[in-house]
Amino acid sequence: MSAAVEVTSSTRPRVSPRFRLQWEEAQQSWVLLYPEGMVKLNGSAGEILKRCDGRRSVAELVAELEAAFSTQGLEDDVIGFLDVALHQHWIEV
Amino acid sequence: MNATDPGLLTAPASEPSSAADRAIGPPLWLLLELTYRCPLHCVFCYNPVDFAATENELSTDDWLRVLREARAAGSVQCGFSGGEPMLRDDLEVLVAEAHRLGFYTNLLTSGVGLDEARARALREAGLDHIQLSFQDSTRELNDFLSHTRTFELKRRVAHTIKAHGWPMVMNCVIHRLNIDYIDQIIELALELGAEYLELANSQYYSWALVNRDHLLPSREQIELAERVTNEYRARFGERIRIFFVVPDYYETRPKKCMNGWGNVFLTVTPDGTALPCHTARMLPGLAFPNVRDMAVARIWYDSEGFNRFRGTGWMKEPCRSCPEKEKDLGGCRCQAFMLAGDAAVADPVCDKSPAHGVVTAAVERAQSAELRPSQIAPLVFRGPAESKRLIAERGR
Repeated sequence: MSAAVEVTSSTRPRVSPRFRLQWEEAQQSWVLLYPEGMVKLNGSAGEILKRCDGRRSVAELVAELEAAFSTQGLEDDVIGFLDVALHQHWIEV
Repeated sequence: MNATDPGLLTAPASEPSSAADRAIGPPLWLLLELTYRCPLHCVFCYNPVDFAATENELSTDDWLRVLREARAAGSVQCGFSGGEPMLRDDLEVLVAEAHRLGFYTNLLTSGVGLDEARARALREAGLDHIQLSFQDSTRELNDFLSHTRTFELKRRVAHTIKAHGWPMVMNCVIHRLNIDYIDQIIELALELGAEYLELANSQYYSWALVNRDHLLPSREQIELAERVTNEYRARFGERIRIFFVVPDYYETRPKKCMNGWGNVFLTVTPDGTALPCHTARMLPGLAFPNVRDMAVARIWYDSEGFNRFRGTGWMKEPCRSCPEKEKDLGGCRCQAFMLAGDAAVADPVCDKSPAHGVVTAAVERAQSAELRPSQIAPLVFRGPAESKRLIAERGR
């Protein structure tokens, strides 16, 4: 994975096999687990990552989120987060 | 995973907590020290020097109950450690249950006992990750420091780990005797395909404290090692994540030990004693509960041992009025006890501590190029016989 790869609306991201995405009831949040470590995700990061299954495109993912939360114009924020996630190796494209 | 299993999550953890308790987060990190038995004899081992006094290891059923109680209390990372955890023949049973409960499971091993058959069984049990320790990049020093012939075995085990598709953390404790070869240690980690490398400078507790004058590197050695490490990070940062832990003796502010007393970390020793860190049992006048007698959630929220040094309320001067007290929480309670004789004072690593001179004296000794053997005692290798000798010496 290199920094040159970019996330676009047609990208189909999936959570990297290096990480395990899991809902933690005790923390009331989604977390990413990896060897001896954990990333606690905020609400929107969790909602985005749980939809990163390698099948949905970013455009589909954004449409789903906009429907689920009755809002519009999320694409820039979602792509911005996924760029960070890609840089952190949380996702693969 | 089973984290969404309502049966698990509605299980009552313990009695209702008070309002103050709710501010305390869950014990996210659960470390099970399954046994103090170990085929290696490392001179920097953090197991207590009196480990030979522990005979009564928890049973399989006890450990299974600890896993269930801890998971219900919110633990999510689970480490299987020791001693050498492979010496427990119920390891696969425990890993399988931890996996079923939704833990991320980590095995911390010297590699001894991890043959192909057990690797396969651990894979089937759902083990997520293996941390493999080396003592050096050369057979000679690895085998000398561990007092065993294990270097070639460790290399084979590393291949087994990768062949089964596990992510691998290679761990190497760094000190005066191997720090100058840090480039070769990093090369070994690259060659073996480790995703993570922990270059953990020895911290001076337990056996490492006994051997401190042999192990504490000079400032020059540390600076060179950090420079070399940063060069490798720049070249191979995409392939391997390298952690370099500086020995705190070279700092002027203490570390936020265990990320805070009773904040995220709970360790259970082989006999079932629950501790907020690996070494806290050394602290006098503190009663630490046993998982045989008390449920994990009660231990975490209600026991005296876990509440004694939580937060900042216990602090004396200079910590109490220090603007940085929330940042480091006064450092390490065990180090305060070991070096200043009182677990409730500032960690002597802090240059505001009246006992800071103990640390600077050890650091000054470490700057001399040659340590004449006549000046210091011989290296003490971890083992039951040496442990019994040290217990007897303390008794006198």
